[in-house]
Amino acid sequence: MTAPIDEALLRSLMPSVLAILVRRGADFAAAEDAVQEALIEAVRVWPDAPPQDAKGWLITVAWRRYLDHSRAEAARRRREDRVDEEPPPGPAPSADDTLQLYFLCAHPSLTPSSAVALTLRAVGGLTTRQIAQAYLVPEATMAQRISRAKRTVSDIGASPAPGAPPGRRLGEKPRARGRFDQPGDVATVLRVLYLVFNEGYSGDIDLAAEAIRLTRQLAAAIDHPEVAGLLALMLLHHARRDARTAPDGSLVPLAEQDRTRWDTRLIAEGIGILQAALARDRLGEFQAQAAIAALHADAPTAEETDWVQIVEWYDELTRLTDNPVVRLNRAVAVGEADGPRAGLAALAELDPSLPRHAAAAAYLHERDGDLSTAARLYAEAAHKATNLAERDHLTRQAARLNTDRSH
Amino acid sequence: MAKYLLLKHYRGAPEAVNCVPMDQWKPEEITAHVQYMNDFAARLQETGEFVDGQALAPEGTWVRYDGEGRPPVTDGPFAETKDLIAGWMVIDVDSYERAVELAGELSAAPGKDGEPIHEWLELRPFLTEPPTITQ
Repeated sequence: MTAPIDEALLRSLMPSVLAILVRRGADFAAAEDAVQEALIEAVRVWPDAPPQDAKGWLITVAWRRYLDHSRAEAARRRREDRVDEEPPPGPAPSADDTLQLYFLCAHPSLTPSSAVALTLRAVGGLTTRQIAQAYLVPEATMAQRISRAKRTVSDIGASPAPGAPPGRRLGEKPRARGRFDQPGDVATVLRVLYLVFNEGYSGDIDLAAEAIRLTRQLAAAIDHPEVAGLLALMLLHHARRDARTAPDGSLVPLAEQDRTRWDTRLIAEGIGILQAALARDRLGEFQAQAAIAALHADAPTAEETDWVQIVEWYDELTRLTDNPVVRLNRAVAVGEADGPRAGLAALAELDPSLPRHAAAAAYLHERDGDLSTAARLYAEAAHKATNLAERDHLTRQAARLNTDRSH
Repeated sequence: MAKYLLLKHYRGAPEAVNCVPMDQWKPEEITAHVQYMNDFAARLQETGEFVDGQALAPEGTWVRYDGEGRPPVTDGPFAETKDLIAGWMVIDVDSYERAVELAGELSAAPGKDGEPIHEWLELRPFLTEPPTITQ
């Protein structure tokens, strides 16, 4: 009898297995290949012979693969093996290892698309083919993107840390490449996870769910209010996902969503995580964004939304990021809290070339009763939309107003 | 991460700087031009930015629905249309700036006398999936 493979378990073990190999001195790029091979081997072997200790099995197989490859490599180059036969015992793998892996894969020297691809493969355990499908590019292109990213990350480990003395002292072990020796910045990791959550296509791989899984894993490895803030933000938006689209794929705006279709379990979890983070009094942009999402999630009907508090959170966000897109969203919230004229006044202070400026103006003019201006602006906004669903939605808004006015 | 279409026109683009019809080039200039295009695509494959590239025949047909139970009407070849697409390349890049940089490189393909053609290429962003977080 064969047991089905627990793919989720397999993928959740991936980062710590890779981290252990790198900690033992393996080059990052080669270690990552070895771990992928071990995963493939597991999928082949485990149904008939499930291991007692899944993680131990993966480490053993991946390390063996790594040694085989480095021996072959070494033989090719006619020089001595770079690695010891027996792995150094080393300390037990810790949450820090997983954390360092996140930092490496989101390293600032990588472009955003490379960091995303590498994170999904090395931390998420997705195959290159799956990642290629998720971003609608050929597999060969994604393979190149990942392999370049891996080389970049390996080189980061190979270059001496700033201030390190040249050369190595007698008796010191050779510096392994791709080692976890540079502190990372949580903010870079969060930006990558945010991108995975927010951008991509709806293929076989659920990128939003994957981003949530990776952010949960990160939150377990590091106690940081902004990690919690991002996790809460994702959960609160994910809770509304089913209600955001009609069966025909068209967008349903927040105010018109069927709130009984929101996932109350995810909302409760998101709010709980957010409250714990806010209680620590180290506010950051993801916590503030999550707070806004929480206020929407908390309203039983659109009319009962606490817009005054939402405007206050936008003020906090503006203070934290000074992002013009935040100011635009704030203007819409002001329109809800203090009336459309106030919203239009806030909007008038902003650059009209901002994304969604015309859409926001159209909405506020409609609420102010100026339907012809609203219709014209909806059409303009549709013309400038960067995604199909939004363009169709805005075109429909313009058409609705134009039809009403002609009757 | 954004996809862009690089459109190359047979006709309809503003006139290139080095605008000599290909049949008046030397054979080795044509070879060099083709090689440049292939090398460009290969380089994009290596950087992980290549999605697709295709060339189109210069002649095609207009087709339209002609009512229930009737075969589609065809017309053409469309000799008199102002705009004629020669081919395209689709790239997946991190920014608009990168897309412009690449289009500029492609436009530098050598033509007559081995000089860059300075051909105008049309750069068009793809519409994407809507982001989840907008407010």
